[in-house]
Amino acid sequence: MSILVYAETWDGKFKKPSFEAMTYAFELAKSTGDSVTAVVIGPASDDELKRAGEYGCAKVLHVNDAKYNTFCPSAFTTVMADCATSENAKTIVFSQTYSGKSVAPRLAAKLKAGLVSGAIALPSSSQPFVVRKKCFSGKGFTDVEVSSDIKIIAVSPNAHHIAPNSVSVNIQVITPVVADSQFNVKVNEVKKTSGKIALTEAEIVVSAGRGMKGPENWGMIEELADALGAATACSKPVADMGWRPHHEHVGQTGITIAPNLYIAIGISGAIQHLAGISSSKVIVAINTDKEAPFFKIADYGIIGDAFQVVPKLTEAVKQLKSSH
Amino acid sequence: MKFLVCISHVPDTTTRITFTPDGKAFNTAGVQFIINPYDEMALTRALELKEAQGGTVTVINVGLAVTEPTIRKALAIGADDAIRINAEPIDALFVANEIANVAKNEKYDIVFGGRESIDYNGCQVMTMVAEFLELPSVAIATKLDVNGTSATLEREIDGGKEIVSVNLPFVVSAQKDFAEPRIPNMRGIMSARTKPLKVVEPTNAIKASASVAFQSPPAKSECKMISAEHPEELIQLLHTEAKII
Ligand SMILES: Cc1cc2nc3c(=O)[nH]c(=O)nc-3n(C[C@H](O)[C@H](O)[C@H](O)COP(=O)(O)OP(=O)(O)OC[C@H]3O[C@@H](n4cnc5c(N)ncnc54)[C@H](O)[C@@H]3O)c2cc1C
Ligand SMILES: Nc1ncnc2c1ncn2[C@@H]1O[C@H](COP(=O)(O)O)[C@@H](O)[C@H]1O
Repeated sequence: MSILVYAETWDGKFKKPSFEAMTYAFELAKSTGDSVTAVVIGPASDDELKRAGEYGCAKVLHVNDAKYNTFCPSAFTTVMADCATSENAKTIVFSQTYSGKSVAPRLAAKLKAGLVSGAIALPSSSQPFVVRKKCFSGKGFTDVEVSSDIKIIAVSPNAHHIAPNSVSVNIQVITPVVADSQFNVKVNEVKKTSGKIALTEAEIVVSAGRGMKGPENWGMIEELADALGAATACSKPVADMGWRPHHEHVGQTGITIAPNLYIAIGISGAIQHLAGISSSKVIVAINTDKEAPFFKIADYGIIGDAFQVVPKLTEAVKQLKSSH
Repeated sequence: MKFLVCISHVPDTTTRITFTPDGKAFNTAGVQFIINPYDEMALTRALELKEAQGGTVTVINVGLAVTEPTIRKALAIGADDAIRINAEPIDALFVANEIANVAKNEKYDIVFGGRESIDYNGCQVMTMVAEFLELPSVAIATKLDVNGTSATLEREIDGGKEIVSVNLPFVVSAQKDFAEPRIPNMRGIMSARTKPLKVVEPTNAIKASASVAFQSPPAKSECKMISAEHPEELIQLLHTEAKII
């Protein structure tokens, strides 16, 4: 039997969460004696597909028809369902990305399979099959028991490590039969938010709030982010006032992220803001107010003026990077 | 046009989340419940479309009788009628299947819901409803405009946005920006009391998963303070102690 992985690509390259999902599937397969098969829908070179072998996939099923160059949930779901049948897969691993969120639940409904979305660990037991995930926007964890024959897990981005597990890989091009009526969502335009790192996938996020006083002061935030190789984010009022684009707004009503490092600058730490970032591994708060709620959940804090502190941090990061 | 809006009943965003001592359930004592914020945005957009071109807006919830005040709130905001499927919403597949069973015969033009419910953060139900109804799905949409028998939507993707078009009928899940929620007025609140709320029994056809245990996150250790005079020490600690840069 095999464990199936929905391996997403972007511009013909595997996305980072795809390697997380492959590693997750490989570690799970090791304990069950299965092998891992990656399904890649859309254009990718053979050299790129071979990289799946470096992360434990013994087989790659590649769908390379131009019809799949843009994303369509129904059609992609049918492909995954076909592959699940042909590979006799009882476990299917996704990453909880936007694309994963659009396909995994459809597949679950099609296969009558239980889905654990936003999983943060490997199953803690296989009989019963139990997987841990976050709930209440990071204010709790829950263990979900899946009782269906087929199980689907969508792993939270950044929750699982990436480890090289080199195996020999067999790449097959497949041509699943998908009715034209399944291509029922037409993509007219893809708007990429500059060439920068996607916020939901970023390992480091530098975020700033109303304490920055105005949009003209974001230069220092971007410089720190650039030095760290980080994505930038902001609080809700900052986006509402148009200081920053809305896609940067994190929190209860914005994007939920779980980077390895979240640096909050001039953000008070309101509960709705924390809901979007509390699963970050390490949190740093920089604030003039020593009573700012952010310090209650931060791992490291600096009580001070962002305008003084941030440029010094950027300098220190540059020095660190140049000495290594 | 006929619109259906799926609403879930969730703890208010500021609730302190605790679990029962046996760790088996969420502790609801003293908790204020609200319409899931994304569902409220979905409801508002459905009402705007109805006002622009006529039609009806029905809200649906899978829940026990305790959810009725939340359903009445949706009626007060402006929905025409409501359906409650009388069951504990245990698992997304179960909830979606029950909603789809009710929706199947009604030929809704658009089935709306939220991106995710803020309690279990599943991000599953709407997309499952779409598959059960064999309809197109657009998840995490920030804009929706209807032009005749088709619609144009903007949705979030990793690292950007996508503009898509789709023919009616379809299923959409709302993300922030979809619409600005409305506060119900006195007339709305009064009329909500008498609007139809139909209770139907579940078919209990599917059950695939259940939350069996809960845990609060481990208490954070004390925040380590670094002097504003020497911010470079923070960078050193992130490098040597936290080992993340
Ligand atoms: C239903 C609901 C949903 C919401 N959803 C979200 C959400 O998703 N995301 C979100 O962010 N908010 C959300 N909010 C808003 C949230 O409650 C807060 O109002 C918001 O997060 C505050 O943003 P802020 O910290 O940038 O601003 P403020 O609260 O004004 O805080 C600014 C901070 O900057 C500090 N400061 C000032 N000057 C400096 C300086 N020179 N150097 C360093 N620090 C300085 C101040 O001490 C203060 O702590 C929501 C609210 C509601 C009611
Ligand atoms: N019990 C329920 N009754 C009706 N709609 C629901 C229910 N649970 C979830 N939904 C809808 O499905 C969306 C996604 O929920 P979830 O998959 O639980 O994150 C919600 O925003 C609601 O629109």
